[in-house]
Amino acid sequence: MTDDSERPRRSGGEGAPIPKEEKSGGTDFLRGLRISLPLAAGVAAYGLVFGVLAREAGLSVADVALMSGVVFTGSAQFVALTLWAASPPVLALAFATLAVNLRYVLMAAALRDLFARTSRLKAFAAVFLVNDESWALTMGEAARGGASASFMVGSALALYAAWLGSTVAGRVIGAAIGDPSRWGIDFAFTATFLALLMGMLRGKRDILPWMVSAAVAIVASLYLPGKWYILIGGVAGATAGALRRDV
Amino acid sequence: MTFESFTAILAMALAAYAVRAGGLLIGRRLPQSGAVAEWLREVPAAILVAVVAPEIFRGGPAAVLGGAITALVMWRSRNLFLAIGAGVLAVVGARHLMAGF
Repeated sequence: MTDDSERPRRSGGEGAPIPKEEKSGGTDFLRGLRISLPLAAGVAAYGLVFGVLAREAGLSVADVALMSGVVFTGSAQFVALTLWAASPPVLALAFATLAVNLRYVLMAAALRDLFARTSRLKAFAAVFLVNDESWALTMGEAARGGASASFMVGSALALYAAWLGSTVAGRVIGAAIGDPSRWGIDFAFTATFLALLMGMLRGKRDILPWMVSAAVAIVASLYLPGKWYILIGGVAGATAGALRRDV
Repeated sequence: MTFESFTAILAMALAAYAVRAGGLLIGRRLPQSGAVAEWLREVPAAILVAVVAPEIFRGGPAAVLGGAITALVMWRSRNLFLAIGAGVLAVVGARHLMAGF
């Protein structure tokens, strides 16, 4: 990991440059996978917690495996547990998934430069794998000119395996794991994104938009249900950043 | 697995894919330069701040300490694993100390 992270960082301004050629797809894939191993460990930690809670909510092992395999979004899956019942409410679950994950619209849109050179079919297959961690890692790499679609897919597959494996394991092992906050697993999530965020820091000009984003997100999280605060805080912070650039 | 739970999970999968594919479609249609493109470039960091800030706010002093240590270690070492590990250890330690008082 160190060899990649030691690379001098390009100062921002041109946005995310696209790699000149795609022939390094295989190495990019492996690089994305390798850099994501610590992230995969973090994801596995809260995957175990999800499995434990899923058991309490009444999901079978097959339910957990299918859900992690085809939905593959931690936040919506945790919310789904609160709505789960012997006869699960289909529309409520679909709507909750949509609402909790609306941020992905913005996140996937921000990936467009990455997919500019891939075929439509590949792009629409790869976008299924977009997840918070791989996305954040990839955007950080893109800011330094080192990201590609293969890099994102390599990273996402490592996390996909970790999420699928750990949620099923948590469901099978069950209560032996106990209270996650005792192990600090709940903070692993925050620490992961904070560390990835530090990789995106460009300097003093980031202070204002980041403060706007933080303040709006905190206030929104106090008054709005679910994960709306992520979308609202993100939109506010990006707008502040873009306006500041124009001045 | 019952038919009901199968249907429910499938509906969730459709919703989860719809937001991702929808973002890809929208991204391709947005202009490549100008104000909208500038704005889109600001999105990644802004979204991450919006993910992290409320978590630290809710987590109280232990989370503030853990956050500071995570940020510091990441800044100095550029090593994700080290930064996350140090932050988590700091939070666990701080919680134990605070529980003692």
